[in-house]
Amino acid sequence: MTTDVAVQPRRAAKASQKRKLTIEIVAVVAIALFLVLVLPLLLSGFRLNLVGRFLALAIVALGIDLIWGFTGLLSLGHGIFFALGGYAFAMYLELNTLGEGQLPDFFGLYGVTELPWFWQPFNSFPFTLLAIFVIPAIVAGLLGYLVFRNRIRGVYFSILTQAALVVFYNFFNGQQKLINGTNGLKTSTSVFMGQEVGSDSMRMVFYITTVVALVAMYALCRWLTSGRFGRMLVAIRDDENRVRFSGYDPTAFKVLVFAVSGAIAGIAGALYTVQSGIISPQFMDIAFSIEMVIWVAVGGRATLVGAMLGAVLVNMARSLLSERFPDVWLFFQGALFLIVVTTLPDGIIGWGRRSFGAAVSKALGLAPTDLPYLDDTPEAEAITETPEFAEK
Amino acid sequence: MLEGLIGGLFNGISIGAVLLIVALGLAIVFGLMGVINLAHGELMMFGAYTTFVVQNAAKSIGGIAPEIYIFVALPLAFLVSALLGLLLERTVIRYLYGRPLETLLATWGVSLILIQFIRSVSWPMVIGLLIFAALFFIGRWVLTRYTDWDRISHWANPVFLGLSAAIAAVAGFLVQSSGSSKFIRPWFGARNVDVTPPSWLRGGVSVGSSLQFPYARLFIIVLTILCLVAVYWFLNGTAWGLRIRSVTQNRGMSACLGIPTGQVDALTFALGSGLAGIAGFAVTLLGSVGPNLGSNYIVDAFMVVVVGGVGKLVGSIVAALVIGITTYLLGSGTMALLFPPTDFFQPVIAFFNFFATTSMAKVMVFALIIAFLQVRPAGLFPPKGRSVEL
Amino acid sequence: MTTTLPSPALQDPMTAPMVEISGLNFYYGESHILRDVSMTIPKGQMVCLIGRNGVGKTTMLKNIMGVLRPRTGEIRFEGQVVNNLPPDRRARLGIGYVPQGREVIPRLTVRENLIIGQEALGSRGKAVKEVPEEIYELFPVLKTMLDRMGGDLSGGQQQQLAIARAIMGQPKLLVLDEPTEGIQPSIILDIEAAVKKIIKTTGISVLLVEQHLHFVRQADYYYAMQRGGIVANGPTSELTNDIIQEFLAV
Repeated sequence: MTTDVAVQPRRAAKASQKRKLTIEIVAVVAIALFLVLVLPLLLSGFRLNLVGRFLALAIVALGIDLIWGFTGLLSLGHGIFFALGGYAFAMYLELNTLGEGQLPDFFGLYGVTELPWFWQPFNSFPFTLLAIFVIPAIVAGLLGYLVFRNRIRGVYFSILTQAALVVFYNFFNGQQKLINGTNGLKTSTSVFMGQEVGSDSMRMVFYITTVVALVAMYALCRWLTSGRFGRMLVAIRDDENRVRFSGYDPTAFKVLVFAVSGAIAGIAGALYTVQSGIISPQFMDIAFSIEMVIWVAVGGRATLVGAMLGAVLVNMARSLLSERFPDVWLFFQGALFLIVVTTLPDGIIGWGRRSFGAAVSKALGLAPTDLPYLDDTPEAEAITETPEFAEK
Repeated sequence: MLEGLIGGLFNGISIGAVLLIVALGLAIVFGLMGVINLAHGELMMFGAYTTFVVQNAAKSIGGIAPEIYIFVALPLAFLVSALLGLLLERTVIRYLYGRPLETLLATWGVSLILIQFIRSVSWPMVIGLLIFAALFFIGRWVLTRYTDWDRISHWANPVFLGLSAAIAAVAGFLVQSSGSSKFIRPWFGARNVDVTPPSWLRGGVSVGSSLQFPYARLFIIVLTILCLVAVYWFLNGTAWGLRIRSVTQNRGMSACLGIPTGQVDALTFALGSGLAGIAGFAVTLLGSVGPNLGSNYIVDAFMVVVVGGVGKLVGSIVAALVIGITTYLLGSGTMALLFPPTDFFQPVIAFFNFFATTSMAKVMVFALIIAFLQVRPAGLFPPKGRSVEL
Repeated sequence: MTTTLPSPALQDPMTAPMVEISGLNFYYGESHILRDVSMTIPKGQMVCLIGRNGVGKTTMLKNIMGVLRPRTGEIRFEGQVVNNLPPDRRARLGIGYVPQGREVIPRLTVRENLIIGQEALGSRGKAVKEVPEEIYELFPVLKTMLDRMGGDLSGGQQQQLAIARAIMGQPKLLVLDEPTEGIQPSIILDIEAAVKKIIKTTGISVLLVEQHLHFVRQADYYYAMQRGGIVANGPTSELTNDIIQEFLAV
């Protein structure tokens, strides 16, 4: 009897957790099925392709949320990983389209007669599949290691990632002979599994793949951010020194999570590339990488649902506005940055939660793992006003 | 060979001088507030466009004006950018102190708005903006006098903002659709515009047979030195400079000593922005001016701040010169020429030739910077004491 | 225990006490740090706040200075409510603050540290370019190190510099947070003598947080704190060994 009393609440909590998880899984599957089965009936091929691209961008947003929302590292260089994934897939497609021993057309223009060594492995599909996320992960891991091991963080990290982005942009842009420079690689006329990449049926395949990948990445991020690993990330975000003094090595965690985030961006890049029909150094534009951050901010950082929602919403707004009023788009986007940062620090999800409370978050199945930003609570603000004194 | 090296050095120093003048304002603002201002490049662009406007005015005046307009443009560029910076600090950045990442994003938003503003600014737009400002601020002033403002402000503010914006937008569109085509044309547009330097800044000093030092670049080097001296004097020789240094090192205690930290922040930000304006003025001497001017310089300027470390001007100076010279020596292919073209050195020469373009030189310089940070993570002259934590 | 009558909105600055605090409550997040604290610092007197570590003495001083803001309660300085004023405004009203840990500006020279102390003068006085001789009379050691960096001084020297810096602003109230903490005994006596001399020559009020008994006994009045509240107060002459045993001894 006595043991029962102690165990019961724990059992009840466990049961409620299990129930929540079930609800969440059902919700995710339902949304995925809607996207795959119903949406294609409602939208034209062109619109569906747009949705597919936005969903690919939602995958990057998950990666950004993982490092920024949860770990507090603001990367302005995710375009690198996104583009690396895209280039990896595009290179495979270029080679796959050609017969044995043939070279992609552009090589002829620059007098290259032999396939450069780093192109060779992209003849293999399994290698390409790995490369799409392993190469970005390695690059991210290496960059992260070199930066984090010196305890470089905060804005320093941000501007270094931005500089890295510019460097990669310059590199890809300048290497006509190796990777077709400014022009990039076109994928829409390439052949994949015996069909043209730009064809309707192939687009549908990529669309469905994107939905599946989004669900898989959501599950991965959900798993990473709940439990011990997730708590460690949040601890690093809120007070890295205390984590270090507690005997953990934040560097290893940061490198790991940055690499994972890079890998996710690579997958997104590959899926985006085949749906947009081209990959070029423009994907490593400074503005594009900062935009990724604002998607997360709009949706609500440190909430995975918010990140995906933000990516889709902002990009929908973009395609609507920039089609009709191209001049207004930059004003709108600039204002979006300002508004989100100054008045909506927790994004749409945070705002919804505050306004509609538990009902919404319960419906979306969010509550326990999504930790709000500590600095934004009014009490914390009062204390951090003069940090020098508050710390004593 | 020697001439090539001297020429390379000169070009490197002049690139470094431009970098330094861009990075100077950035470093001051970053050192004081830990704020990375991504709109710094756009403040610079405003300085450049101010120069363009002054030059056009000088052209229409004629006579000696086109020869001496730069002496009007220089202080005006400083002033315009400084005021813009002040506005930015008072309306946005002030609310974000202690949250550097958010500040960074907000300033990016500002930079987007400034870029599009330069592209599309026209008389109807200015009229619309003036109407908006008049409605919003005068209306609010009236309301605060005659109503219980504190009680209604939470809904009255957004309503008022929306209302004034809507009226102003409608007014702007009406002007736009009724005005003559000359009147409604954008002032600058999205295309690059050219600023003609005065004739005495064209050409250069010839030294030896092949060396030429352009006057414009010499002028920029002198200007950079003058700016450095002025900033050094301001920080170390004036009461406000002392306040700025005190707040930089210990904000909390400075406030307890009676230093108005809010004013110090505003002043420092305005100073940094004004220096961006001067940088914008300087680069008009080198080439055409466009809405994207800022982004061409800003990342390099950040690297100067990262390598130099915060809190010491000398760090920025050394970093700018080293980065400038390295970039030039690599990018121009001078490095490859330093080695005798024998078989033994062939791989080295091939290596340097691979990086012998402006963009590839940046790749190499970044790699060197990352390598440097492995040895000196806090930059050349790391700050001592409490400001180390970023 | 102290009781304070509800005070009128405006008091005559001539007759009002230097500082009057009533019903102050302060929280760090959810933890209640100061509980209903009321205290009065009369003009021209030295008041000492005693209590063990962690009872809220420093938090109290920070509330007076404006570094921290109370949730409820009122702080009056010369009759004026200062609750909503930021630290720099309070400094310019005439509160000189010498915090725990001294907080000398490390990369300013001693001279600059002293000159910057005049910021608190505001419109009350005229700033001068040179450090007046009185400062060196109080702290002779500073005269020999004017061009040294503040951060390079020893702890005792920094403490003297911090007090001198506060005096440069000609405060009406000097707030000292454990000025003898971690300082060698001979310098403690110097500091004690200097503070006594300052009171004698300028007639300002002093609020002192201190553990060093000899220094505590110099005060006119004491308040004893325990768990965030004032538990005893009275003239220092009535500060018996029993009370000290109860509230100070570890």
